[in-house]
Amino acid sequence: MSWRAVIAGIGATEFSKSSGRSELQLACEAVVAALADAGLTPADVDGLVTFVKDSNPEIEVARSTGMGELSFFSRIGYGGGAGCGTIQQAMLAVEHGVAAVVVCYRAFNERSGVRFGLGHADQPMSATAERAAYSWLTPYGLNTPAQEVALFARRYMHEYGATSEDFGRVAVVDRRHAATNPKAWFYGRPITLEEHQASRWIAEPLHLLDCCQETDGGQAIVVVAEDRVADLPHIPVRILGAAQGSGADQHLMTSYYRSEITGIPEMGLVGRQLYAQSGLRPDDIDAAIIYDHFTPLVLPQLEELGFCGRGEAAGFIADGNLELDGRLPMNTHGGQLGEAYLHGMNGIAEAVRLVRGTSVNQPASVERVLVTAGTAVPTSGLILGA
Amino acid sequence: MNNMTPATSETSAALDAALVGFVGRTLLPRTRAQDPVNLPMIRHWVEAMGDTNPIHTDEGAALATGRSGLVAPATMAQAWTMRGYAAHRRRIAGDLPADSEEQRLTTLLASVGYTAIVATDSEFEFVRELVVGDHLSVEEVIESISAEKVTALGTGRFLRTVRTYTNQDGEVVARQRWTTLRFRPKVREPELAPRPRPALNEDNAWWFDAAREHRLLVQRCADCGTLRHPPGPCCPHCQSFTWDTVEASGRGTVYSYTVAHHPRHPAFDYPLLIGVIALEEGTRLIANILVDAAGAEPDAVGDYVHVDAPVALEWLDLDDELTLPAFRVVTEEKH
Ligand SMILES: [Zn+2]
Repeated sequence: MSWRAVIAGIGATEFSKSSGRSELQLACEAVVAALADAGLTPADVDGLVTFVKDSNPEIEVARSTGMGELSFFSRIGYGGGAGCGTIQQAMLAVEHGVAAVVVCYRAFNERSGVRFGLGHADQPMSATAERAAYSWLTPYGLNTPAQEVALFARRYMHEYGATSEDFGRVAVVDRRHAATNPKAWFYGRPITLEEHQASRWIAEPLHLLDCCQETDGGQAIVVVAEDRVADLPHIPVRILGAAQGSGADQHLMTSYYRSEITGIPEMGLVGRQLYAQSGLRPDDIDAAIIYDHFTPLVLPQLEELGFCGRGEAAGFIADGNLELDGRLPMNTHGGQLGEAYLHGMNGIAEAVRLVRGTSVNQPASVERVLVTAGTAVPTSGLILGA
Repeated sequence: MNNMTPATSETSAALDAALVGFVGRTLLPRTRAQDPVNLPMIRHWVEAMGDTNPIHTDEGAALATGRSGLVAPATMAQAWTMRGYAAHRRRIAGDLPADSEEQRLTTLLASVGYTAIVATDSEFEFVRELVVGDHLSVEEVIESISAEKVTALGTGRFLRTVRTYTNQDGEVVARQRWTTLRFRPKVREPELAPRPRPALNEDNAWWFDAAREHRLLVQRCADCGTLRHPPGPCCPHCQSFTWDTVEASGRGTVYSYTVAHHPRHPAFDYPLLIGVIALEEGTRLIANILVDAAGAEPDAVGDYVHVDAPVALEWLDLDDELTLPAFRVVTEEKH
C-alpha cells in the first residue's frame, strides 16, 4: 500500500559552520526553497511541523514567509529522533484531510550558536522529570552525546567482538560519498581508515572521526495530498512507510538498564512498522539513509532493520555492502559525518533525490529508500519510493 | 592523574655524566658558626623540644653526672651552624658566589627543571658532647647523587651529602648524612569547579540524601519486591506507588565504560572514567570508575578497566552538598 500523501519538494540553505544570520532566517530560506521546488508558494501552505528542539515557532515562520491560515501545526520531541516523525505527522494530517500542504522544517546555528556536542551539564536546573533524568548523568561527568553513545559502543564491542575499525568503516563510507557531493562540508575530503584510527579520542572507544559534524543550516520538506501531484514539477515521492518508535524502558540517550544494550529496540519497532505498512522486506530496499550522529550506532541499526543478522553488521559493512555499487548504498550524500548535521532532515532530502534519480552519487537502480532518524532516543523512520 | 613529564633518556644521560663529576666535591667549605655554643640558645631549644634533661640547663645536675659543665643537646649540632630564615632565603636566591660548587650544582639542576628542594632524611653520628663555649664549624661534601626518580612530589634526584661538624680545636664533634630531593615540581592541578548538581525532586532527592550518609540505596516496590533504578514514582511491573529501599552491598561489575577526553568540563579531571555498573543486586547505575594506575600515563587509564571487571563501592565526598558513589576496579591477579 502507499499513503495518499507524497513528498513534493525539498529545500535547504547552504551547510556551514557560521551562517552569519538568524536561525529564523535559515528556517524561512529553507521553507521558501522547498516550496519553490514543489512549485508552490507560502500562500498554499496550511500546515507546519518541526522539532520540539527547534527555536523557530510555527507562527514566526508562517508570518515571516507570508503563509496565511494554518489548520495544522505539530512538533515532535526527542532531538534527532524527530526527523522522520515530522514527515509522518505531515502525512497523517494530509491523509485525514486536516491539511493539504504541510512543510516540515528544521533550522539552527548548531555550530556557531548552541553546540549540542559541548554537553548538557550546565543547562538550567529544574525539578521536572525531564531535567531530573540528568541527575543520574551529569554529576558524574556523563555530559555529551558522544560519551553516552560510547557506553553502548563499548558493550557492543564486548559482546560481538567489533572493533574501532569496524566503526571507522562507516566514517570512511560517509566521507567517500561526501567527497563527491559539492554541497557537503567535506566535499573533496575523503578519509582513510588509518586517518580514522589516528584521530584523537573524544570518548573511548569513539575517535573524533566517529562523531558527526556540527552545522549551521536549514532544511525543509513539503508534503502534499496526492491529488495535487499533477501540478508538481518533480515526480512525486511516495511515502511507503512512516513510523515512530519508543522502546520498552526507554531513556534519553541512556537506555543502559535494559537486559541487553547492544540492540536498538525502538529502531526495531520502527522497522517492523515500516515493513508492515509497505509490504516490503529488507531485500526490497535499494538504498538507505542511516542516521549517523556517531558511527557505532549505525551497526545495530542495520541489524534491527534486518539488513544483516545480530552482531553481523561489522562484516556486512566490511564486505562493501554500503558502497555505491554495493547491496545497500548508504548515506549517498555523505551523511551527517560528511554532508551536514541537520538533525537528519538533510538525509530525508537525499532519500527524495535518490527516488527522483537526482542524487550526485546516484546508484544504478534505486526505487525504494529507507531512512532512519536519531538513535538512542525515541526515533522514527521512513520508506520512500517512486 | 599525574602530570609528570620524565626527562628524555638523552638529557637524563647527559645529566648523569655531569652529576657524577660532583661526587666527592665540597659543596660547602669549612664555615664557622656565627656564635659559640651558649646557654640562651640551649634554653630556647629545650623549651621548644620539651627536653627536660637537667644536664642541659642545671650546672649542678650536669656536674653530678661527671661532666665538666652544661652540655648542649646533641641534636643541636646542626642548629649552631644554621643561618636564620631570611639569610638562608637570600643565599638560595642568588647570593652564592658564582664560582661556588653549590652555585654550579644548583644551576645545573635548574637547567633540567629541578628547581625545588626538600629535605628527606638526616642521619646523625655523634662523636663528642658539646659544652658551652665550644665554637663549631661545618663542612659539607657530596657523597652521592641518585638516578632520576619519580616521587609523589615530582621527578628528581636524591642528593646525599656528609656534613662534618668540628670544634675550635679541629676535633670532629658530629657527622650528618643529609639527604635532599632536588626535583621538578609537579604542575599544580587547578582547583576543580563544583560538579554539576542533580536536579532534585520528590522522586529522587532521597537517593542523594542517603548518598551523603554513604548508603547506596536501590528503590524496591513494596508490593511486588521488584528493584528499580533510576528511581521513579510507580512500579512498572505492578503499578504500585508504594516503595521502600534496600541498601546495596557495593559489589558489582563493569557493564560498560568510557574514557572521556573531550570536551572538558571544569568540574572533572580528564581523562575521566565513567561506567555503567551492574550491582550484584541486579540493577545498574552510572558512576565514575576508579583505578589504581599510579605512575601510568594519564592517557592509559583505560587499560586498567574492562567490561565485566569486578568493582567495589567507594564514596566521593565532593562538597558539603554532594556525595556520589564511585566504583574501584578490584585488582585481580597480575597476569
Ligand atoms: Zn511492583
